[in-house]
Amino acid sequence: MLRFIARNIVKFVLLMLAVSLVTFVLVSVSPIDPVQANVGQAAYVNMSEAKRAQLAEYWGANTPLWERYASWLAAAAQGDLGTSLRYNAPVADVIAARALNSLALMATAWVASGVLGFALGILAGANRGRLVDRVVKGYCFLLASVPTFWLGLVFLIVFSVWLGWFPFGFSVPIGVAASDVTLADALRHLALPALTLSVTGVANIALHTREKTIDVLESDYVRFARARGLGTWGALRHHGLRNLALPALTLQFASISEIFGGSVLVEQVFSYPGLGQAAVTAGLGGDVALLAGIAVLSAAFVFGGNLVANVLYGAVDPRIRRGEGSGAHA
Amino acid sequence: MREKPFARARRAGSFGRVREDGWAAACEGDGAPRIAPSGDSSGIRAASTGDGAAAAAEGSRVATPAAAPSPSAPSLFGSRAEVLHRPRAARMGNRALTLAALALAVAALSAVVVSGALVADAATATDFSQKNLAPSWAHPFGTDWMGRDMLLRTLAGLSTSVLVGLLAAGVSAAIALVLGAAAALGGRRVDAAVTWLIDLVMGVPHIVLLILVSFALGKGALGVTVGVAVTHWPSLARVVRAEILQCRQSAFVATARKLGQGPVRIATRHMLPYVLPQFIVGLILLFPHAILHEAAITFLGFGLPPEQPAIGVILSESMGYLSAGMWWLAVFPGLALIACVLLFDGAGSSLRKLVDPHSAQE
Repeated sequence: MLRFIARNIVKFVLLMLAVSLVTFVLVSVSPIDPVQANVGQAAYVNMSEAKRAQLAEYWGANTPLWERYASWLAAAAQGDLGTSLRYNAPVADVIAARALNSLALMATAWVASGVLGFALGILAGANRGRLVDRVVKGYCFLLASVPTFWLGLVFLIVFSVWLGWFPFGFSVPIGVAASDVTLADALRHLALPALTLSVTGVANIALHTREKTIDVLESDYVRFARARGLGTWGALRHHGLRNLALPALTLQFASISEIFGGSVLVEQVFSYPGLGQAAVTAGLGGDVALLAGIAVLSAAFVFGGNLVANVLYGAVDPRIRRGEGSGAHA
Repeated sequence: MREKPFARARRAGSFGRVREDGWAAACEGDGAPRIAPSGDSSGIRAASTGDGAAAAAEGSRVATPAAAPSPSAPSLFGSRAEVLHRPRAARMGNRALTLAALALAVAALSAVVVSGALVADAATATDFSQKNLAPSWAHPFGTDWMGRDMLLRTLAGLSTSVLVGLLAAGVSAAIALVLGAAAALGGRRVDAAVTWLIDLVMGVPHIVLLILVSFALGKGALGVTVGVAVTHWPSLARVVRAEILQCRQSAFVATARKLGQGPVRIATRHMLPYVLPQFIVGLILLFPHAILHEAAITFLGFGLPPEQPAIGVILSESMGYLSAGMWWLAVFPGLALIACVLLFDGAGSSLRKLVDPHSAQE
């Protein structure tokens, strides 16, 4: 057990180091001038030479890469992620202010897509070859090809422009003081982005659960259960669910990376102030500290998801309960 | 997805698998009677589907070789009564159908690329007397705020997207092949290094990595192509590595080694034919991802520049006009993109069915 923990800590630290280093190298080799990108073309042309030099100093354009990375790393080791130049605030504050929005969005979509996908997969697998199965399968295959951001646009057109059921973007109503925003307001603004993310996340898990359900229904133990008089649903409930839950959980935890990526796009479509939107702004403006912070955070997120999946294997499946995560990679 | 033979037999009717396969063989062969003896019922069916009395006569002769071959061949049940099960309709073999689907998908995609390249100039032509028009016969996809025809813009954009996707997926697959092969053949150290690299790339969300790489290369077509290329190889590299490892431990490679064949000969004669089909299918199935990510990253503003025709550009520009009710700016280009992705997906799945020996009978 101790070895398992130690190995994962080493892996985690190495991953964080690599991700932050890659971020710094990639941002610094970019030919895009951060000063020009941030003040805009018109202002840049009218700017005095001294002002430009001062701004270049501010953006750290003259400091060598290694020096910047070393100082960032030293500070990060003490919990200081640096200052976001674009938002003119500590990176930790910027991330914290937006993380709640993003987490609410991702968590809703993650749970909804997981539950819905699992249910649809079982439904399709149990009714294999019938109309329900074909509809679910068609839906999943189609959705696998639908770009998330386009679906968001379509939802905006239908639900916000035509029907007027949901607001047109943002996370709170416009023109309302932050203290007056109610939970209902926040939920109404969350609904459409979350719906977009959940609908596209269903496909993968539903298709895999369907395959697995078909396998389970043809297994010997289900045949035996049927021989004892259980119906399809009874057999599935008493004997199938555990076997179906394991791959579904794995998939769902592995899909965190996709959900995060999807949230970047969805937040952009709905002008939803979350981490994804901050990442896009930071990327467009060359804000290396914020970009590194978000990249490291997202990598930590994905790592955490995989780790939880590994630990959960043991909880769900007694056959893998050996303390070590080594047997998990089948 | 996977069809169990049992279910197929049930669907096919009372004769089950033998009947279906026999029928397919009879259909594809050039002379039905020659194949007929393979199944008990085949001869009878060959007779039933023959277009004339001669064929029927010959069929019955083959089906009952012991009987005296009299020219009139009056069967026991009259001229047509020997038909026990008549197939509902003559149909092509599944493999031929799959091949046709593959050819169709490739042809459609080529048509999109060529037509898109041809209309590239017309797509950027502005006409302010025709701006903001809803879809009509003259402009099936409508026009935008500069009077550009959305159908032409969409075609040109798809053409760019498909080409960028092809290029990126090709490079990505090459990286996957090299790294996968190196991991499988290069010893433990190389294997560990490649595995770690795969974990690293997969450990960061695709979009975040794409943003970083695209930004590092100054955005634009180069940025997005390289970005997609260097982020999509890990899964395919894993497949290649696993395939080569499995192949190396197989009996036929061990036999070849014992027979004294050199490593180069083993690699080219025994390993390549085994790994190549999986690789090609993996390559084609990379396209949809590549295209979707190209569109996504362009949509975010890190990809193709606004003056270039691209689906991502069209969709991100349309965002400013949605609240004005101009739904056609977003809906049709998106649908066209989905159609393209589905075509690639169809081509990949068809090809997999054709080259994968496990599904050779389906």
